[in-house]
Amino acid sequence: MMTSAVNHYFGSSIGRKQLVAVSGLLLCGFLVSHLLGNLLLLAGPDAFNLYSYKLFALGPLLYVIEAVLALIFLVHMYLAVRITVENKRAAGKYAVKKRTGRGATLMSVTMPYTGLVLLVFLILHLINLKFGTMYTTTVDGIEMRDIYKTTMEYFANPVSVAWYCVAMFCAAFHTAHGFSSAFHTIGWNHPKYYGKIKIIGYLYAILIGGGFAFVSVWAYLRGV
Amino acid sequence: MASTENMALNLKIWRQKNCSSEGKLVDYRVENVSPEQSFLEMIDVLNEQLVRKGEDPIAFDHDCREGICGMCSMVIDGKAHGGFKNTTTCQVHMRLYKDGDTIVIEPFRASAFPVIKDLTVDRTSIDKVMAAGGYVSANTGNAPDGNAIPIPKPVADEAMDAAACIGCGACVASCPNGSGMLFMSAKISQLALLPQGKPEAPRRALNMVYTHDSLGFGNCSTHGECEATCPKGISIEHISRTNREYVKAAFTYHEKKNAGGAS
Repeated sequence: MMTSAVNHYFGSSIGRKQLVAVSGLLLCGFLVSHLLGNLLLLAGPDAFNLYSYKLFALGPLLYVIEAVLALIFLVHMYLAVRITVENKRAAGKYAVKKRTGRGATLMSVTMPYTGLVLLVFLILHLINLKFGTMYTTTVDGIEMRDIYKTTMEYFANPVSVAWYCVAMFCAAFHTAHGFSSAFHTIGWNHPKYYGKIKIIGYLYAILIGGGFAFVSVWAYLRGV
Repeated sequence: MASTENMALNLKIWRQKNCSSEGKLVDYRVENVSPEQSFLEMIDVLNEQLVRKGEDPIAFDHDCREGICGMCSMVIDGKAHGGFKNTTTCQVHMRLYKDGDTIVIEPFRASAFPVIKDLTVDRTSIDKVMAAGGYVSANTGNAPDGNAIPIPKPVADEAMDAAACIGCGACVASCPNGSGMLFMSAKISQLALLPQGKPEAPRRALNMVYTHDSLGFGNCSTHGECEATCPKGISIEHISRTNREYVKAAFTYHEKKNAGGAS
């Protein structure tokens, strides 16, 4: 029988789900800060480039932050994949398709697939933008990377914008279930407030997905 | 539409000789099904026909036939217990179907529920989870005074709602992940809410979750199919309470080896 506890937590169904939930909520927080940064595109090249410059001015601290962020991503993905494989194995194989939809939603059953799209998106996104073409510019006499130009060039291509919007739709779909589900998994499902958490989750999904997509379309319409 | 006249039905029923053989859906036709009959009585009638013809009758689990024992276990048209609100298979009546309907009947499926024969599955895994901690080790003695242990009415009600679980396994059969969380959480939640269950709450949570995981049940993805299917209307909130109980136990509960005291 199981009585030693902490080491079991990380191997248990609930422990791993809670790690996926917490890492997912942290990633939700990251998306908010990322979107706020993206909105600086609307304020013009200088504002956006200065924002990027100030981030890089953090120096080693930025690397620590990036490493932590990467770790959160890896924990979230690794455990989600493992759990999904386990779930597929545990699920009953019905001869005639089982009818779901009385509780499960299209959002909840597509979590692994939207997650996979987001993983592909993340890799391409890093290649195209973070490690994309390096331009330099000078703002207030300081030489810095012209990330504004890289971004606007990327969004000048309608295919990029379309793919970006598809990925952001997946992000909205993923978080629409993930946000409230994470609270449930952590143990914060109570009739007093869970309904509100669900509404906040849907609003979050629409604002984040819509916000990113809006910026990309705006950039496309504005042109290089 | 509710039928009032006798009907003829086409059935597609899962036939499987034993746990190691391949099964398949077999077509049957039953005539003269009364709308007054229960679903299980309809299968009884079919079985009588099969026996008369010298064929092997369809094996299916059933016992009380009044919705409280949790034995009946069928997935009817893709839904555990037929998918009617708060209803077990035995409480499904044929008036809900109409003449000429085709009904597909499969066993409860999950890797934790191997098929024994036809529609009968082995649900011992559920008993194993229960045996790992779904009890209170109290010397019951005489019945205590009614109000000797004060329990607020809303708490007692919630514990009672969780206690309504009959352990049928419909939550597992309907879960896209074959998870036994709803069943397990009903017991953990019920006992964690009550003073009688509190002393053993951390141990119970740890042992039941450990056993649940090791028996091949899946993980909870908060789909909510289980609570929609549950014939006793057990809420998914109990899973959330279980998660709270479990994390609390995992990080605070410690049992000394060779602890003293009477045993």
